[in-house]
Amino acid sequence: MADTRRWRLARLDARDLAQIAVFAALIAALGVPGTLHLFGNSVPITAQTLGVMLAGSILGARRGFLACVVVILLVAAGLPLLAGGRGGLGVFAGPTVGYLLGWPLGALVIGWITERALPRYPLVLGFAANVVGGIAVVYAVGIPVQAWVSDVDSFVAAATASLTFLPGDLIKAAIATAVASQVHRAYPALAARRAQKAEAGDRS
Amino acid sequence: MIGLYHPADSPLHRAPVGLKLAVLLGAMVVLFGVGGPVVVTVALVVTVVAYAVAKIPWRLGLAQLRPVLWVIGVAAGFHLFTSGPQHAAVVAGQLLVAVALAALLTLTTRVSAMLRVFETAARPFRPLGVDPARVALLLALTIRCVPLLINILGTVREARQARGVGRNPLALVTPAVVRALRTADELGEALAARGVDD
Repeated sequence: MADTRRWRLARLDARDLAQIAVFAALIAALGVPGTLHLFGNSVPITAQTLGVMLAGSILGARRGFLACVVVILLVAAGLPLLAGGRGGLGVFAGPTVGYLLGWPLGALVIGWITERALPRYPLVLGFAANVVGGIAVVYAVGIPVQAWVSDVDSFVAAATASLTFLPGDLIKAAIATAVASQVHRAYPALAARRAQKAEAGDRS
Repeated sequence: MIGLYHPADSPLHRAPVGLKLAVLLGAMVVLFGVGGPVVVTVALVVTVVAYAVAKIPWRLGLAQLRPVLWVIGVAAGFHLFTSGPQHAAVVAGQLLVAVALAALLTLTTRVSAMLRVFETAARPFRPLGVDPARVALLLALTIRCVPLLINILGTVREARQARGVGRNPLALVTPAVVRALRTADELGEALAARGVDD
């Protein structure tokens, strides 16, 4: 009996659900063209991976992971939530689906690393978390899937093609880190949450 | 939130989602598992016929392929040089058919029907602590939040322009995220007040 208990997931309370829904919606909203223009209007980028990094950095591993899963489910259900109004099951048959499937894992890794340091948020660690989770993990899922779907030999081609996104992704990692640092100071949602849960744990 | 569903009266629209998903999965296995020029040609014809049966306008059908065209082009170009035109055509054909068939399921299936599939699919995970009703609630809640968040980003961007804080992306993202977290608090309280935690 004790064994099955241990494997049950802790229930998400109302505030968890709301935060997951809002960050999933934030990831979708960042895909709407024109929502975010970097450096004036010279570099228009759709910043959905910025949303993934923010979800991991601010909500932590579990809720960040779930926010990305919710986005993926709604895309699969037929809502045009990806950059450029893409969505539907066609996305999942396409060669670039691995990058999308890498999002939850990326947010999970970012959140896990970030949670080690909280309530402090050292910029170097935060940036490292966003680069490892938001870029390395996402590419690590995306590139092999792209290579496999378009035939194994083109692994190198897929890896090379994804390098063109690296500069933009590094900028997003820097922005996500700076934003997370400011947000954790202005609105200690994740840190306060952990403290509160720990306290509740002590009481019971 | 407007989905990608294309309303029409056809056997494909009326078919149960579960059946459509099973057929799609089978088609993928044959397409990528067996492969070869014959399978791909047959699949291509079947796909075109299926689109005609579903009464999808050809423009809308072609629009489904546009996002993947450049990736498929790169892959086909690579195979053209490494293993010849026939293999390149097979790989490109496989990818095109796979995307087109999957997109056809979305075009002929309402979002609400797909959401019910997820709710059903969550049931076996109940012993692990997954509550299908909460999964459904979370998905519906997110759909409601998307216009809300687009609105928040728009409002903050206008405020930023009015204050003349031109080029710094932090001046947009940080206030937007703080507002998003506040919205989540209000939503959470509203949900708790409606007994979600009881």
